[in-house]
Amino acid sequence: MSLAEKLVSSFLAFELDIDIQSPVHSKRTKALKGFEKLGFPTKKDEAWKYTSLKSVIKEDFTIFSKKKNVLDFKNVKNYFLDNTETYKIVFVDGFFDPFLSQTSHDGIDICILSAALTKPIYSKIISKYFDTSINTNDSLSLVNTAFAKEGVYVHIPKNKILDKPIEVLHFASGNEAALMLQPRNLIVIEENAQVEIIETHQSLTKNPIFTNSVTEIFVGQNAHLDYYKIQNDRLMSSLIDNTYISQEKNSTAKVHTFSFGGKLTRNNLNYFQKGSYINSTMKGITIIDENQLVDHHTLVDHAKPNCESHQDYKGIYSGKSTGVFNGKIVVDKIAQKTNAFQQNNNILLNDKSTINSKPQLEIFADDVKCSHGCTIGQLDQDALFYLRARGIPKKEAKALLTFAFANNVLESVNIPSLKSRIKKIIADKLGVDLGFDL
Amino acid sequence: MLSIDNLHVSVEGKPILNGINLDVRAGEVHAIMGPNGSGKSTLSSVIAGNEDYEVTKGDIIYKNENITELAAEERAHKGIFLSFQYPVEIPGITVTNFIKTAINSNLKARNENEMPANIMLKKIREKAELLDIDSKFLSRSLNEGFSGGEKKRNEIFQMAMLEPSLSILDETDSGLDIDALKIVANGVNKLKNKNNAVILITHYQRLLDYIIPDYVHVLHEGKIVKSGDKNLAHQLEEKGYDWIK
Repeated sequence: MSLAEKLVSSFLAFELDIDIQSPVHSKRTKALKGFEKLGFPTKKDEAWKYTSLKSVIKEDFTIFSKKKNVLDFKNVKNYFLDNTETYKIVFVDGFFDPFLSQTSHDGIDICILSAALTKPIYSKIISKYFDTSINTNDSLSLVNTAFAKEGVYVHIPKNKILDKPIEVLHFASGNEAALMLQPRNLIVIEENAQVEIIETHQSLTKNPIFTNSVTEIFVGQNAHLDYYKIQNDRLMSSLIDNTYISQEKNSTAKVHTFSFGGKLTRNNLNYFQKGSYINSTMKGITIIDENQLVDHHTLVDHAKPNCESHQDYKGIYSGKSTGVFNGKIVVDKIAQKTNAFQQNNNILLNDKSTINSKPQLEIFADDVKCSHGCTIGQLDQDALFYLRARGIPKKEAKALLTFAFANNVLESVNIPSLKSRIKKIIADKLGVDLGFDL
Repeated sequence: MLSIDNLHVSVEGKPILNGINLDVRAGEVHAIMGPNGSGKSTLSSVIAGNEDYEVTKGDIIYKNENITELAAEERAHKGIFLSFQYPVEIPGITVTNFIKTAINSNLKARNENEMPANIMLKKIREKAELLDIDSKFLSRSLNEGFSGGEKKRNEIFQMAMLEPSLSILDETDSGLDIDALKIVANGVNKLKNKNNAVILITHYQRLLDYIIPDYVHVLHEGKIVKSGDKNLAHQLEEKGYDWIK
């Protein structure tokens, strides 16, 4: 049985576990039908031309982990931010872990979707926002909706500036030979509120893990979101991250995606601008090697006048790794005075690595500024000699140049402990012992 | 300190240096002059260990050790410094952090401890002052958007920080106005002592008015065709290079 068939046939068992009378459930059943029709994407789909899921979905994944596994904090401590107070929402094999988490209902809601989907006090927010922004032609989002049950639920009311960042960690413990996870997250930030979120998917096992995540984010008028994704998972783990961000007037939403690990990582990052004077910013650093693949598909839908979007993705590829960047910018007819900038710069460290980079601009307005640029190159040999002539060994000099190439993406990271953690991961990834305090 | 013996060098199979002999002792300043294309920059790059150049014959002996096969960083660790004719722009690394990384790499290679931050800072301040470098300049990205003069001053600043035994200054005077030239020359003179040596690679005599060489060599078609004292430089200034060929 293929994974798609297995998913469809598991739905009955899934229904035994949930409230099928809830209005949410009709969305699930509808989504399942959609997935049944579409199946997993293949290379024949334009959006999946360079990224094949074949090697991922061939595994015999368990779709619902049977038992809850308790993790000892000291074993996973390193995946949390050091010296930084945070709210924490932690999942282990898809189950909420109350011991590792630090949630809140103190004038804000930082908790879990299973509660939000079932408790009446949340029903207003759920019916207003849940499953309202996803692409119904995207089979991966559909299959996530079909099994939507658990994940992050964050609701920050009007005028609230969150006192500390929210850390979201999804651990896979290895209790199943192969496990598929489908976290479903809903984040609602009301008018004038501000939030920082850090999301990490971390396998603790050599067993195959396949995560198909959907996150819907609603950023209210004048609100501010800073979202950081740390993708530094093990080589048997694959992640499909479908993120949908809907922004209201005057809001800012920044997403930084740091992709260093995993077997296959696909980011579908979608922005919908629903008002004027919106800022949408996407930045990313990808550093991969061996047979790793990282695919960034971004979409910015400029639907109102006077908005801007900024994209800056840096990629460094070695081994037989593959990168994909596809940046789609749509400027509607009424979206005059749009400023949309897109930059994708890549370094191939050898001749076996590949990058497929494609800007895709669909502009229907006539008074806009849109630019896109893409570069693919190698490390500058003159710069390398310059550093070595100053006594910096070859390996460190290469690492330094690589880091310098990606550095401007880190400048906009506003959490110091996060910035130093990412520098440390980059140093590890490049195999050097450098602080990169540049 | 440096002894170059019958050095032949090719780039992509094309011979550039055809039997260079040169002896530089501690405490000396040597000027290497010559027309464009005579091989001056090749000589400096080869001493510093640029792998784009292939040594086909001969040896480079430094402090009684054959360094012909050593990597650029290993030569730097032993105290060889090249001031680049065209310093490379590296966005994303500040001048200060670059020099810190360089100094600590050198200390590490010599099995010494890293330099404590306060001592490093003090030294940076001292040497920046010597070269009339503004502290704002030190937090800018390395050479990025620097004027020609700033780049050259930054090279000499690095030399001051690294305190090499042998400094090769490749066309350090080019791109400098007279004031900047005086500052740079003054910096080099202050760093000069009986234990170190300097090789000045230059096209013009002008720098040699400020840094007085003990020896002047003329390079032509990859060979030293004439050597003398500082008066040779004056002769070249008057008569050009044609009479030597």
